[in-house]
Parts: sequence; C-alpha cells; structure tokens
Amino acid sequence: MEITTRSLWTLIHGMGFGALYLLACSGAIVALYRHQSAGSGESASLIGHRALNAYLAAMAALAWLAVLTGSYIIYPWYRAAPPAGTKNLAAFPRSLLLSNPATAQWHTVGMEWKEHVAWIVPIVITAAAVVAVQYGRDIAHHPRLRTALLSFVAVSLFAAGVAGFFGAMLDKNAPVEGGQTIQLVKGE
Amino acid sequence: MTATAAPSASAIRPNGSGAAAILATAIGSFAIAIFAIAADKSPFVKTLFVFYKPTGQLSGETTLAVLVWLTVWAILNWRWRRRTVAFSTINLIAFVLLGLSLLLTFPPLSELL
Repeated sequence: MEITTRSLWTLIHGMGFGALYLLACSGAIVALYRHQSAGSGESASLIGHRALNAYLAAMAALAWLAVLTGSYIIYPWYRAAPPAGTKNLAAFPRSLLLSNPATAQWHTVGMEWKEHVAWIVPIVITAAAVVAVQYGRDIAHHPRLRTALLSFVAVSLFAAGVAGFFGAMLDKNAPVEGGQTIQLVKGE
Repeated sequence: MTATAAPSASAIRPNGSGAAAILATAIGSFAIAIFAIAADKSPFVKTLFVFYKPTGQLSGETTLAVLVWLTVWAILNWRWRRRTVAFSTINLIAFVLLGLSLLLTFPPLSELL
C-alpha cells in the first residue's frame, strides 16, 4: 500500500483540515444557537464561553491551514504547465481537465470558484473567533452581534462546502499525483 | 442563594468593536471577489497580482484581500471601539457584501460583468 507525497498533502489539506472544518461547523452552529436561544437573561457559564472561544479559534486555525496548504502547496502542482509536446497530462491536472471539453468546466467553474470562495472561510471565522473572545460573556447583551456570528459560521459552512465539494470532484477527475512514493504497508 | 446584579449599561462593552469586525470581514471578503474579477479582466492586473509565481495571481488577490480586511478592521475598531453604532445598518451592509462575495466569485456570474 503506497501513497505519493502529493496525494498525502491533498489528503492532509482536504480530509485533514477541510473535512474537519466542515464537521466543526455543525458544532459551532449548535453552540452559538444555544447562546442565541439562552438570551441575555441566562448567559452561559464562563467555562462554556471559554470552550466556545477555544472551539472557534481551533476552527480559524483549521481554516487558515486549509487555505494555505491548498494555495501554496497543492495548487502549484495542480496548475503547473506541462512542457511543450507532453502527451500524457496525468501529472498536470489543470491541463488534463482543460484538454477535454467534458471535463474543462471542472476547472473553469469548479476550481475558479473553489480557489476564491475558500479564502472567505478563514477571514469570516477568524473575525467570529476574535469577536467571541473580545466580548466574552458580554455577548449575551448583544443579540444582533450573536446573530451575526451565527450567520458568519453559516456563511463559512457554505463557502467551505463549495470548496470541499469541488475539491473532491477535481481530485476524482484529475488527481494531484506525483512526488516521492511512501510505502504505508509492505506487500507480501 | 446569591443574587447577581445586572451589569449597568456603562459596564457592558459597546457594540462598536463587534460591528467593526463584521463590516471589515465583509469588505475583506468582497475584496477577494473584486480582485479576482480585476485579474480576470485585465492582463496587467493579473501580472501585478503574481506575488508567488507557482500560485500565480491567486497569491496577490488573496494577500491583498487579507491586507484590506486587516487594515479596514484596525481602522474601524480604532474609531468605533468605545461607541455604540447602528448595528442593524452595518449588519445589512455586511451581509449584502458577503452575499455579493459568494456570488461574484462564482465564475459564470463574474464573467457577466
């Protein structure tokens, strides 16, 4: 059982940071909704606030790791131009997709949207985390601010969902492969 | 049983800092869409945005958008941190901008511009 270094990075980016972020979104929405429903009269405990702050900060870290590994490690491999006359485009995913009208839109629509919309995620969730930390229990007195934070997480879920969906489909149609081979399990 | 007194209005942190973060985030997100469209429409801008060659213009678009976000946030926070601002209006503007960011990064729509 083997994996290439490029595939490993794709896994770390997509399954590690990206999928974990998407999973974390549901928890954040529930936690913020509970704060929202509690209202200012029943402000959550200090431990509850600290846990939520740490949770949002961890989500922000995941989002930054996802976009940074995606844009600066995997994307250069994806968009690398093949040398003139290259017949086998398997190592050049962008060119491979564009070479066939049936797959070209996975790049022109999918990747073009994914690469930009994904960057909205860390911006939005970092702001949500900072506001949650700044306000602490005071946030109970600002219902509109709580609603805005909840909406920010929902927006980030949508943007991360788009990026995740297209990431998976792009990898299915033109996987980023190559680099050194890492043997995970030795064959008999 | 202990009774906790409700905090006085002056002890509650004003909404200015939160509003600054919300609006700056929306402006930063909108900047991503605007920079992406600008690079798509102008070969000159596209070249200008190549901060890191292997990543291409995406490196410049996103780096500049992050700078716009942080700069606007710092300025707004400095101006509003001790103020109570009209949060409904700011929220409305912010979510319109966020919605536009999501829509304008979608290539079939951005190509219509």
